[in-house]
Amino acid sequence: MTMTDARIWTAVCELARIPVAAGVAALLPGGEQVAVFRTTGDEVYAIGNIDPIGGAAVLSRGIVGDAGGQPVVASPLYKERFDLRTGECLDGDASVPTYPVRVTDGVVHVGSV
Amino acid sequence: MSRTLVVVGNGMVSHRLVEAVRAEDVDGAWRVVVLAEESRPAYDRVGLSSYVGNWDASALELAGSSYDGDELVELRLGDPVARIDREAKVVTTEAGFEQAYDALVLATGSYPFVPPVPGRDLPGCFVYRTIEDLDAIRAAADHARSNRGRAAGAVIGGGLLGLEAAKALRDMGMSPHVIEMAPRLMPIQVDEGGGALLKRLVEDLDVTVHTGTSTSEIVEDRERLLAKLGNGTELDLDLIVFSAGIRPRDQLARDAGLDVGERGGVVVDDGCRTSDPAIYAVGEVAAVEGTCYGLVAPGYTMAEIVAAQLAAGNTAAAFPGADLSTKLKLLGVDVASFGDAHATTEGSLEVVVNDAVAGTYKKLVVSDDSTTLLGGILVGDASEYNTLRPMVGSELPGDPASIIAPAGGDGGGIGVDALPDEAQICSCNNVTKGQIKGAITEQGCDTVPKLKACTNAGTGCGSCVTMLPKLLTSCGVEVSKSLCEHFTQSRAELFEIIAATGITTFSELIAKHGSGSGCAICKPAVASILASIAPVIGADGHILSDDQAGLQDTNDRFLANMQRNGTYSVVPRVPGGEITPDKLIVLGEVAKEFGLYTKITGGQRIDLFGATVDQLPHIWKRLVDAGFESGHAYGKALRTVKSCVGSTWCRYGVQDSVGMAVALELRYRGLRSPHKLKSAVSGCARECAEARSKDFGIIATDKGWNLYVCGNGGMTPRHADLLASDVDDVTLIRLIDRFLMFYIRTADRLQRTASWLEELEGGLDHLRDVIVDDKLGICDELEAAMAAHVANYADEWKGVLDDPDKLARFTSFVNAPGTPDPTISFREEREQQVPVPLGIPAIAGAEGSS
Ligand code: SRM
Ligand SMILES: Cc1cc2nc3c(=O)[nH]c(=O)nc-3n(C[C@H](O)[C@H](O)[C@H](O)COP(=O)(O)OP(=O)(O)OC[C@H]3O[C@@H](n4cnc5c(N)ncnc54)[C@H](O)[C@@H]3O)c2cc1C
Ligand code: SF4
Ligand code: FES
Repeated sequence: MTMTDARIWTAVCELARIPVAAGVAALLPGGEQVAVFRTTGDEVYAIGNIDPIGGAAVLSRGIVGDAGGQPVVASPLYKERFDLRTGECLDGDASVPTYPVRVTDGVVHVGSV
Repeated sequence: MSRTLVVVGNGMVSHRLVEAVRAEDVDGAWRVVVLAEESRPAYDRVGLSSYVGNWDASALELAGSSYDGDELVELRLGDPVARIDREAKVVTTEAGFEQAYDALVLATGSYPFVPPVPGRDLPGCFVYRTIEDLDAIRAAADHARSNRGRAAGAVIGGGLLGLEAAKALRDMGMSPHVIEMAPRLMPIQVDEGGGALLKRLVEDLDVTVHTGTSTSEIVEDRERLLAKLGNGTELDLDLIVFSAGIRPRDQLARDAGLDVGERGGVVVDDGCRTSDPAIYAVGEVAAVEGTCYGLVAPGYTMAEIVAAQLAAGNTAAAFPGADLSTKLKLLGVDVASFGDAHATTEGSLEVVVNDAVAGTYKKLVVSDDSTTLLGGILVGDASEYNTLRPMVGSELPGDPASIIAPAGGDGGGIGVDALPDEAQICSCNNVTKGQIKGAITEQGCDTVPKLKACTNAGTGCGSCVTMLPKLLTSCGVEVSKSLCEHFTQSRAELFEIIAATGITTFSELIAKHGSGSGCAICKPAVASILASIAPVIGADGHILSDDQAGLQDTNDRFLANMQRNGTYSVVPRVPGGEITPDKLIVLGEVAKEFGLYTKITGGQRIDLFGATVDQLPHIWKRLVDAGFESGHAYGKALRTVKSCVGSTWCRYGVQDSVGMAVALELRYRGLRSPHKLKSAVSGCARECAEARSKDFGIIATDKGWNLYVCGNGGMTPRHADLLASDVDDVTLIRLIDRFLMFYIRTADRLQRTASWLEELEGGLDHLRDVIVDDKLGICDELEAAMAAHVANYADEWKGVLDDPDKLARFTSFVNAPGTPDPTISFREEREQQVPVPLGIPAIAGAEGSS
């Protein structure tokens, strides 16, 4: 079996439900929370919803934008920015998990294992 | 084998020494043992007076002073050294602890000198040097107040520290006396003319000054103190603070047979070595070539010299002499003295401009051919100090009189360009203009923070920080006012662009006037401008309208304040703090129904905490139905207009302060601004509503209202300034309309009115010109903008409840609406629910409802 086959794809919502340059939170089957973002350029990213610095499940409610061109979300608690592609924190020693995303028939799916 | 360095004393200089040794001693050749008398690690003695008021000793901590995690430093507090045995190279503390040393540094500082006045040991007599001294003064003041309602205090000594102590007493609510033996205040720093003005300015501030007289006796008098002055005056007092100079703490050295100076102090050479080559002395206790220095900067230089010798093997390090220039704000009065302030140089000339009307005194001391600056004194306005002090010893760029002439062009007569490269810009850290220029041009430092990090300039007392942007500009670096990496414009410029072009969306603005896709700085800033301007340009005013929702800071995005665990607080508006019993009951019922923690806020209203995202609309439905509306506790907007009970009930009230507060709160509710706006209305001069700590505060008078502006509580408190007095209701509201709109247009992002005024060119006078006298001719426009705001106000929460699209955003999980967030849990504390931080397991059985 390959990795891709083992992945569970969870339908999160229609792409249109996510406002441009904003995020929503979703629950994965294992109980994990993901924050799913749509950028101004209509790219979709999913990262863990828990802010490791503030210690609360809030990243989906942060402001989405860019830092030197890389897509980021700023945590609503203390404003540290996280790279939406890598999950790395730009302003501190921390990171959040990232998840693969695909959009089929206008519906956003997030992959997990 | 490592050697042992023992440091006696743990004051500011000792701390700098240990830091410098540890930084330079890369191989760990020295083990450092610090033996300290005080029971807390080194703290910021220079900033001691800031302890008054907040009484928070932790704010005075010096970075790194506990040496946590550094195995090579041992700090022993609360046990002073009693003896030095030079033969055996061992010191012994009072408690009997013995410590051998290879090198010993004396950093014992000074003690306050108390003149031999009979009665000086009575309870109620204090000195002013340590945190404990201030605690004791405070306790005495509190005690006197609780007995008699008010405390009276005097400071003996009118020098720099004496005036600082007087300010401390004033900050504790007293109207202090200052007794100075010399014919003027601050005799060391200022001359007769400057002293006369200083006395006048200080007396305007409720301080009574007695110069040219001493205290002959202090006696106890019915649990109080009676101070008898040489000139016959008798003062009834609760406490007396001695601040009559300092003396080096050289007793240890004397007992050990080290050389001490004629006027005290441990004699050291220019490498800070005492007469015993294994022993050094630094800071205030050291007499370098006969002179003791009572300032911290020379002490730091000594610390670095000793560290260089011990840890870096640089035996040539030598004390270069010290600059004793001072600039300070005493009781709000600027005083500066630099170079040869008293014109002691042979043949020197003095040029004086004494402007009694403006309340300024300026003197320059120049060489006999009046070309070279030797020194000077500035009282009342010391803004030229930063450019003048570094010029000492160099040629003046023009005629000395014109440099200090009143209204000499744009303030300060000379610019940074005129300074020579050797001019010292930062005296705390000994950084020259040349070094700063080098950092700008060679190391690419193009911002003030980078310059600070790179050169250390501006990281001490901070007084030289204003020079850094000027040096950047003079090196051709444009000091950026850009909002962030996406907009090169400042907030005020963006405001003008939006007002002029009528652009109503962020996407259009960034496409035309910015770059990239925006960030957490520019988006909320633009959202705030759009909200302020929406009524004027006829845009959709709701901050959660489609193209604005994503711009808002979290709090605005969910119209509630996010708490540490991701839940929210709910603050309905309670205008003026006035609330009916029925409405109070509704708040109680809603809190009970949703299990919310309840607290009375500092803003005279009620905060309900612990609501989850999906609960918010249900809670607000109940509140809106009961007649509540959003309190904007989440927004950079008008918060509250607090009130005192006023003439309706209070026997002193002269106007209806509650009525006015309610009217103002209803008028300005929902007004978005660069930062939050707070107000208060007091019914008489007793000021129970604390209006003078507000962005706009109103105090009733017999004839109408006094309007105060640009006050602040919070981190940097500032008393509001009087803008207009005895105005009627209509004038009051007109002036506030103008004031608020002018602020909204011109302030920077997150700049409150207090710091806005401090940076406004021309200050309060300019503000008065614009707001009261309409010198810019913009008042009609400002009033119209406010009228549009008032006419278009609508409750934001009602707007959400009426709109299914907006409502749909209030879900915890898009794919599982209604499922509670599993990371949120509560425990009970004092009969209410409080959050359990993530990672700390909830106590079984104590979990909240959601
Ligand atoms: C709830 C309350 C404390 C309380 O339990 O009493 C409070 C709570 C917060 N204050 Fe405050 N302040 C509260 C009254 C005050 C006051 C007193 C007053 O308004 O009379 C002050 C000093 C007055 C002033 O602002 O000048 C005050 C000075 C601050 C400051 C410092 C502002 C400054 O200019 O230095 C901040 C930080 C900031 O705004 O950047 C702050 C920020 C905050 C924040 C928003 C911090 C945060 O980001 O979480 C807190 C969130 C409120 C919430 O979740 O509901 N709060 N805060 C008070 C709400 C009053 C209200 O009814 O709206
Ligand atoms: C209110 C106030 C305001 C000031 N404002 C300014 C200012 O604006 N600018 C400025 O440059 N300077 C200012 N100063 C002066 C400045 O604080 C001192 O120059 C500086 O603190 C001197 O540092 P130091 O380490 O030599 O002495 P201190 O800071 O006095 O430290 C000496 C330490 O040694 C301890 N000690 C003494 N004897 C022994 C012993 N036998 N064993 C163990 N420990 C011992 C003492 O308890 C003390 O903790 C101010 C001082 C005060 C009190
Ligand atoms: S400020 Fe004056 S009117 Fe208001 S409560 Fe206090 S004493 Fe009464
Ligand atoms: S002069 Fe004090 S920080 Fe520069």
